[in-house]
This record gives sequence, C-alpha cells and structure tokens, in this order.
Amino acid sequence: MDKIFSLVSGLIFGVGLMISGMTNPEKVIGFLSITHNWDASLIFVMGGGILFTAPFFFLLRKKNKSALGLEIKLPQNTEIDRKLLLGSVLFGAGWGLAGLCPGPAISSLVFLSPMSLVFLAAMFAGVLANKYF
Amino acid sequence: MTNFTPISSLLGGLIIGSAVVLYFYTTGRLAGISGIFANGLTAKNNRSSNLLFLLGLVIGPSMYLFINDQEVSFKITNSYILIIAAGFFVGLGTRMSSGCTSGHGICGISRFSTRSIIATISFVITGVITVFVLQQFGLYL
Repeated sequence: MDKIFSLVSGLIFGVGLMISGMTNPEKVIGFLSITHNWDASLIFVMGGGILFTAPFFFLLRKKNKSALGLEIKLPQNTEIDRKLLLGSVLFGAGWGLAGLCPGPAISSLVFLSPMSLVFLAAMFAGVLANKYF
Repeated sequence: MTNFTPISSLLGGLIIGSAVVLYFYTTGRLAGISGIFANGLTAKNNRSSNLLFLLGLVIGPSMYLFINDQEVSFKITNSYILIIAAGFFVGLGTRMSSGCTSGHGICGISRFSTRSIIATISFVITGVITVFVLQQFGLYL
C-alpha cells in the first residue's frame, strides 16, 4: 500500500514542480540572480509548500505511526556541524551552476534533454562520493 | 530572463506541499528528494517505494505536458562541464547536509528545524553568489 502512495505522492509532487516553474533552470537562475532581472517567483513556491505543510506537520507532530501503520521516522540530529554547512554550500554552488536541484532534475527528464541525464549521472556520482567525506 | 509568476508558483508550491503531507501521512517518511534518490539507488530499505516515488516525479510531469496545451519552457546551459560539476556538487552537497530544497527547504522548515533553516539560508546565499560570479564571466545574462 505504501508503494501506491509513494507513486501518487511523487506524481503530485512532479505536477507541482511543473506548475511552479521550478523545472525550468532558467527560472531558477532568474531567482538566484538578484542583481540582474530578478524573478522572485520561487519564494512563492517555497512559501506555498511551507504554508501547506507546516500546519499538518504541527497537527501530526505527536503521532508515532503513519495512517498505514508505518513507523514515523524524523531526523533526530540537531547539531549545526561542519558537514551541514559545507554540504549546503556545495549544494548551493551546484544549484547556481545549472539551475537544477534534485526534484526538478528528475522531473526534467520529460523534456528529453541529454543535459538532464548527464546532470543525474553526475549527481549520482556525487551521492557515492559522499562516502569518502 | 523569465517573468514573475507569483500565482502559478504559489499554486505549484501548495501542490508540492500537499504531496509532502500525503507522503508523510501515509508512509511516515519525509519527502526529501535527494534522500529518496540516494536511498532508492543505493539502499535496500524501502527501495521499491523510493523508486516508485521517483517514477511518479516523471509520470506526473508527463501527464501535465499531455493535458496542458501551453508550451512548458526548459532552458538549460549547453556546457557539459558546467552540468557535470553542478550535478556532482548537488549530489555530494545534499548528502553531506542530509537534504535539498525539499528536505530542508520545505519539510525541515515546516518542522521549524534550526538545521534546515540554516541549510536553506546557506544554499540560497551560495546559489546567489554562484550565479553572480558566472554572470561576471558573461554567463547567464
């Protein structure tokens, strides 16, 4: 059952990414380009996502089982460490270089551009490289 | 250059939020895409569930393209060097910091996680600096 809901959640997530404009790297770069033709739209994407999610997370905060009876797993780490900061900085650099983050990179496969595949292959290499840090 | 689209971006954001809530409510897991991608490809635990989520990320947009008669624009750099460096940094960075735009930016901030707020501020600032630097070299004008 959780497999069906995973598929449906991914599907809805992907539609949201398309409607929001985030699957277009040009738009993401427009958002990051605050000194030149700034397109502030992505604030509304993140804002909308948080606006919808936060109240539900608040209401569900005391649950320890999901609706399907699965264990609720939340990150327990609260440390602001070097890995968090260095990782975020690296991610931000990559995000700015191509205008893609993981979700839109996967969804952008529908545009049938070889660039999406190359990006995802490099991203996977980065995931594997994390073992050595 | 792209146009300011607050309404469609807000709508898209709300839809993304509804997917995050549905996924958490049913599976008990947070919809952080970098984690789902990494676990789906490298971990045995919940593998099929993770891979199905990733499949959904492609099926949803395909359906959207099929139903929607307006053209959806996709404009990306044509430099392979830039793309390979970008993908590598995104993969490595999101695993080091345990989250990306969805995991930290939406799920984490919605849980008022200090780690996620700091991560989000850091990657947005670095993204802004990166684009600014590239623009000085004549890219992204």
